[in-house]
Amino acid sequence: MRPRPASLAAFGWLALVAIASVQEPLPPDVLVKNVTLEVVDIVRSDRDIQAGDRRKVIGLVETKVVPHFNFEAMTASAVGRHWAKATPEQRARLTEEFRTLLVRTYASSIAAYRDQRFEFRPLRAKPTDTDVTVTVRILQKSAEPIELQYDMEKRPTGWKVWDVRIAGISLVANYRSEFDQQVREGGIEGLIRALAAKNRALERGAGAVAEKKS
Amino acid sequence: MRRSVIGEGRGRAALRRAVAALLVALAAGCATPNGDPRDPLEGFNRAMFGFNEAFDEAIGKPVATAYRDVLPEPLRAWVRNFFANIADLFIGVNNLLQGKPLDAVTDWARFAFNTTFGLFGIHDFASVMGFEKHDEDFGQTFGRWGVPDGAYIVWPILGPSTVRDSVGLVFDIGLDPVRRHEPRDARNFMVVLRAVGRRADLLDASRILEEAALDKYVFQRDAYLQRRRSLIHDGNPPRAGRALPQAEAASPAFGRAASLLEEPAAGARAPEPRTAAEGSLAARLASAP
Repeated sequence: MRPRPASLAAFGWLALVAIASVQEPLPPDVLVKNVTLEVVDIVRSDRDIQAGDRRKVIGLVETKVVPHFNFEAMTASAVGRHWAKATPEQRARLTEEFRTLLVRTYASSIAAYRDQRFEFRPLRAKPTDTDVTVTVRILQKSAEPIELQYDMEKRPTGWKVWDVRIAGISLVANYRSEFDQQVREGGIEGLIRALAAKNRALERGAGAVAEKKS
Repeated sequence: MRRSVIGEGRGRAALRRAVAALLVALAAGCATPNGDPRDPLEGFNRAMFGFNEAFDEAIGKPVATAYRDVLPEPLRAWVRNFFANIADLFIGVNNLLQGKPLDAVTDWARFAFNTTFGLFGIHDFASVMGFEKHDEDFGQTFGRWGVPDGAYIVWPILGPSTVRDSVGLVFDIGLDPVRRHEPRDARNFMVVLRAVGRRADLLDASRILEEAALDKYVFQRDAYLQRRRSLIHDGNPPRAGRALPQAEAASPAFGRAASLLEEPAAGARAPEPRTAAEGSLAARLASAP
């Protein structure tokens, strides 16, 4: 009755084909949990990051976190009604600049991490839902927990985040007034310029911040 | 030491600039055409914001940084816990006023437990045991009762607020056990210690805010208004496109109050793209027994 190696191999091959053909992406709550724990684990154990190496944190965000974000949707939502006026080329540049700013902000938040514990809330959604909110609570001592909510949409390439709410503050909504003001003052180009200038200023300050922290 | 001296010099200059900005704003009147409808006092508010930034740069941040550098974390946790414990008393009162007696009982149980076994509250054993801390104040209670935000206001030192939250703040401060403590020297020491501890806990957050914002004033204003809206609804403000989380936890008595608060946070100029289902929440809350 012992299975022959050949049949085992065939079974393994079949299983692989089956998994590949179904291509069911990781459920959103599992995805958030995996990525969060993986990133926190790296931040905790990496000596350079502990010492304040900002570039390394940004690299970590780029490889582990960014692939699960839909930056174009975030940018479109933050730009709001002005998005319709932007040319495809302007949209690409806006998305690129906003993405750079968000990655940097995200990296700063991760760098500020201090041994908080995470509680992953059960997903309240039907299996057929394509737009869900995944809630993670950050438990801290002597303060009420902070809730992180990821609004995620099911795309052909997997579940993608299109908004993050921190303690009830939507990142996308918070940028809406700022962007609106910039567009009314200098048009779409004015907004792109403002974002690019902000990113350049942060790029210059990154070294100084790393030094001050250590 | 050297850093604080430099900070002082820069701070004084910033303070002078802030006062100048304040005078200019007052002279120009507070009219801001084209402004945000939630922020009719933007001229005044921006001047106050400038003053607060300068004050923080000159005094708040340097003192908080020194506090964080000098005091080790376990001691800072004692300070944090001590004041958090005292606050639990009126958090309980506000939960009761908001029709959440179970939460109120949790808050008072936390207070009783931490004050005794936690040695006057310096240890937060209640959280370890699973009694979660809440965040409530009178501004939130009024919001829960259906009082709208009113205009956004920035107060000197106290920072962002609204008309409703300012009235709440009068109660918060008037009933604050720390501010009613005698003798006066001990009271002043405690009020300052609490403020410094709070600022120190926010050092990371304020740096991130600085990095994220194009216009820090607008970013802070919108974050404040969003946060308050979320707090009033205990983390579940009406929002569309999903199943209603914990709608059953909201007290039915305040269903109508909650439905009054459903104006989209982003205001009329920039409509939220996901507000369609808000009506259904109102219907559900209103029809609750």
